[in-house]
Amino acid sequence: MSKVNYFLTEEQEMIVDLTRQITEEKIIPVRAELDRNEAFPWDIMKDLAQADLFALYIPEEYGGLGGGTMENCLAVEQLARGCIAVTTTFAASALGGYPILLFGTDEQKQKYLPDVAAGKKLVAFGLTEANAGSDAAGIQCTAVEDGDYWVLNGTKQWITSGGEAEIYTIIAMTDRNKGARGATAFIVEKGDEGFSFGKKEKKMGLRASSTRELVFNDCRIPKDRILGRRGQGFIIAMRTLDLARPGIGAIGVGLAQAALDESVKYARQRVQFGQPIISFQAIQHMLADMATSIEAARALVYAVARTIDAGEKNFSKLSAMAKLFPTDVAMKVTTDAVQILGGYGYMQDYPVEKMMRDAKILQIYEGTNQIQRNVIGQALNKEYAKVG
Amino acid sequence: MKIAVCIKQVPDASTVRFDKEKGTLVREGVESVINPFDYNAIEAGLALKDQVGGEVSVLTMGPPQAQDAIREAISLGVDNGIVVSDRAFAGADTLATTYTLAKAINKLGEFDLVICGKQAVDGDTAQVGPGLAVRLGIPCVTCVDELEVLEDGRKLRLKRMCEQGYDIVEVELPALITVLASLNTPRVPSLKGKMRAKKTDIPMLSAEDIGAETSKVGLAGSPTQVATTTVPTFDAKREMLEGEPEEQVDALIGKLKEAGIL
Repeated sequence: MSKVNYFLTEEQEMIVDLTRQITEEKIIPVRAELDRNEAFPWDIMKDLAQADLFALYIPEEYGGLGGGTMENCLAVEQLARGCIAVTTTFAASALGGYPILLFGTDEQKQKYLPDVAAGKKLVAFGLTEANAGSDAAGIQCTAVEDGDYWVLNGTKQWITSGGEAEIYTIIAMTDRNKGARGATAFIVEKGDEGFSFGKKEKKMGLRASSTRELVFNDCRIPKDRILGRRGQGFIIAMRTLDLARPGIGAIGVGLAQAALDESVKYARQRVQFGQPIISFQAIQHMLADMATSIEAARALVYAVARTIDAGEKNFSKLSAMAKLFPTDVAMKVTTDAVQILGGYGYMQDYPVEKMMRDAKILQIYEGTNQIQRNVIGQALNKEYAKVG
Repeated sequence: MKIAVCIKQVPDASTVRFDKEKGTLVREGVESVINPFDYNAIEAGLALKDQVGGEVSVLTMGPPQAQDAIREAISLGVDNGIVVSDRAFAGADTLATTYTLAKAINKLGEFDLVICGKQAVDGDTAQVGPGLAVRLGIPCVTCVDELEVLEDGRKLRLKRMCEQGYDIVEVELPALITVLASLNTPRVPSLKGKMRAKKTDIPMLSAEDIGAETSKVGLAGSPTQVATTTVPTFDAKREMLEGEPEEQVDALIGKLKEAGIL
């Protein structure tokens, strides 16, 4: 098989080999059942912990391996070939962990990150609310100072790994009249007084991941659980999402690759009109477009991930691109995969119908693809204003 | 607990082909993998270490490329490993193999527990584990399906599968056990393990290094004479019966009567 040489390091090759092995041995055999039963993939999370994968992005001083965005992207791309509900559960822990990593004090990092790196505790990121989706500034959750405590009230919605995670990074309003500048980030722990979980959502796809409400009812947390400074919450959320978005792109690449693999395999053995359907140009051209767009998406994700790891500070536009394009590719490719498999593709006996159901979320979560276009468009406007 | 796990590199069963003329395996282009049961043996050793502490060593007899098997075991979490390798070991049957492995184990030191897979999927003899126990002069429990540590690791309680059911036995250490696939689910490698495996030098011990007599190893030490080997052919007539189970049973009885069997 001719493959693009992405000049991976020896360590990066190891990450690819290991995550591929886990995908083949541990994820693919159970993915249909996990999807059917909406079962949280704890067994696989334990395998990922045993494999040191939760340690990937965490610095060595906190028990991690000190990898960067590229390493994370390589890992989730392979895992996504198996099941993106499992991969999202894994990736969501990094999303929840980034605010601590980026803005936590050394004490907070020492307290939380070693358990996260060891895979003993999952982290969840709580930004979205019923009326604050794309418009994150519309957050209604509040946090009020009360002596040595913060008191949180409100409800977060659609929080990945809600109820299963031990640690939650939450964005709440501390000064409502300041708008986006009135948001602050906090660390909340499972078991904190006044913190409970609402209903578990029923979803079209991504069914093995847990998506739940977080309910704060006079939830009192110690003062030192504030992340960063008061009023910095919105920036923390945006920086976190900027860093996580190439990972979502990588999930799109992995999912699309899996759909292509199934499509080619099927097209080679499915006989109609006396010949395998891959001999028909109608099918060949679809497969060619799928393969080409996947490779382009992969190249974009890797290039952006490496740019971030090289220390580029201003990467919102780039990470939006690295999320936008591969996830649109994943939707198109998985839809075409169902088309190539025809009636069989629509049946649950083949994996592509799940892939298509799952793919849709990639265009919605961690910022809809419309929001990504806004980010890119606004950046272009700014950049060209400077050029004059 | 000091644990030694004996493993074997075998041809990957999913890619193996036969030379029908010569009646041998085609080795070219066939990947070597760790014998499937040996993954369970490694996992048993690692799980015991997780539970009671200690050290897990792994050893194999084979050609130099058997180092790959040891590296894989290290990536799974074993502490160290060696390959016993010498041209003189070629052609060993199970008698010569157990002699060589016993010499190697004695060279490495004292172990509380030696773990082997139930059998290797290439030779399928299931003789090396028990034979090695005899050589080492320790008790042997084969086909272990469940394992429990007693008395702070001085004893094991084992459930072993036999033809008519299960035995539950207790054994004092040191001892040797052979394990079934049903004992555990082998873990995946870890990134740290893979990095360590890459960097580790795998010692290669020769016949001389382990103090083995050349007349007792390899072909010279193997009384087993392979007269011929043949590749089984599957040319029996086959017929698939269709329909509901009842109809299939009726059809089958009809066929058996027709053939004069019933």
